[in-house]
Amino acid sequence: MFGLGKKKEKPDPFPGQRLETAGGGILISQLDDVVNWARSNSLWPLVFGTSCCAIEMMSTAGAKYDWSRFGWEVARATPRQADVIIIAGTIVNKMAPVLKRLYDQMADPKYVIAMGACATSGGPFFYNTYSVVKGADHVIPVDVYIAGCPPRPEALMHAMLTLQKKIKSGAPREKIQIAEWNAA
Amino acid sequence: MTNEELKAKLTGINSALTFEEGGQWLNVNVEPKDWLPFAKELRENPELNFDYMFCLTCVDWKTHLGMVYHLNSKNLKHIIVVKSKLDRNNPEIETISHIWRTAEFHEREVYDLFGVTFLHHPDLRRLLLTDEWVGWPLRKDYEDPVNMIKL
Repeated sequence: MFGLGKKKEKPDPFPGQRLETAGGGILISQLDDVVNWARSNSLWPLVFGTSCCAIEMMSTAGAKYDWSRFGWEVARATPRQADVIIIAGTIVNKMAPVLKRLYDQMADPKYVIAMGACATSGGPFFYNTYSVVKGADHVIPVDVYIAGCPPRPEALMHAMLTLQKKIKSGAPREKIQIAEWNAA
Repeated sequence: MTNEELKAKLTGINSALTFEEGGQWLNVNVEPKDWLPFAKELRENPELNFDYMFCLTCVDWKTHLGMVYHLNSKNLKHIIVVKSKLDRNNPEIETISHIWRTAEFHEREVYDLFGVTFLHHPDLRRLLLTDEWVGWPLRKDYEDPVNMIKL
């Protein structure tokens, strides 16, 4: 099901690839790699779902898709213990300040996944709607976007793996993209 | 009761009623001024015994506003739909929140989004929107230049 027709990727060895940086000490950069490796494999999502994407998210957490295989273990009901917030659903004007407060209450480092059309752009509610925020990134910064309405669990898992890759690299999104272009 | 029996029974109560058939449920059109006594009869008449209102909503037909009430009898197991046309410029109808208690919040929602005034409602104010909101968002001619992108 995953990586069908693709070359199988070798998993990153512990503590991950070390990037040569100007002025960066070897010990520091290795420690960063270890920290990033640990962070990426123990992401605790916040229990947050505002519409039908949440059903797909729950399915991903359930026995069939089982996101704990990737270290996405315990969903926390309080933002103070969560590392990542999956915006699973429509954000309306009334919900936007609540989302902002939840994000502010989360401890650093914190990550955001915008799941589905509503969270990325307003989706089906982009036109002729008085109440919907046209994309959750108007409220909080987003790390990974998922297309779909709602996206299937496979798509959410792909986003999770993408976020893990991003954390492991320790680099912003643009840098990862350039590295992928160079590798291709 | 079947739809035919209901129709005969309701015509006996109020001869001004008109009916629409062809759907699963019997649709009854009632004048807004006749609605309150008719609703009381629907609830209290032991042969009708509509003890549960499972939907109350409004439709903007551009020419008028249409109130829609779905009523169910748990004991006698029959359902009717009551509709009432309101003047779009001054939509007013009697509240039925003292007959079916659930209507209190449904009517507040309809007031909030369509601007229908329910006469003698105990607590008619905005429900979902903020108190200072201007306008009725679910009306077809609603404009909001700040939040709405027109297509």
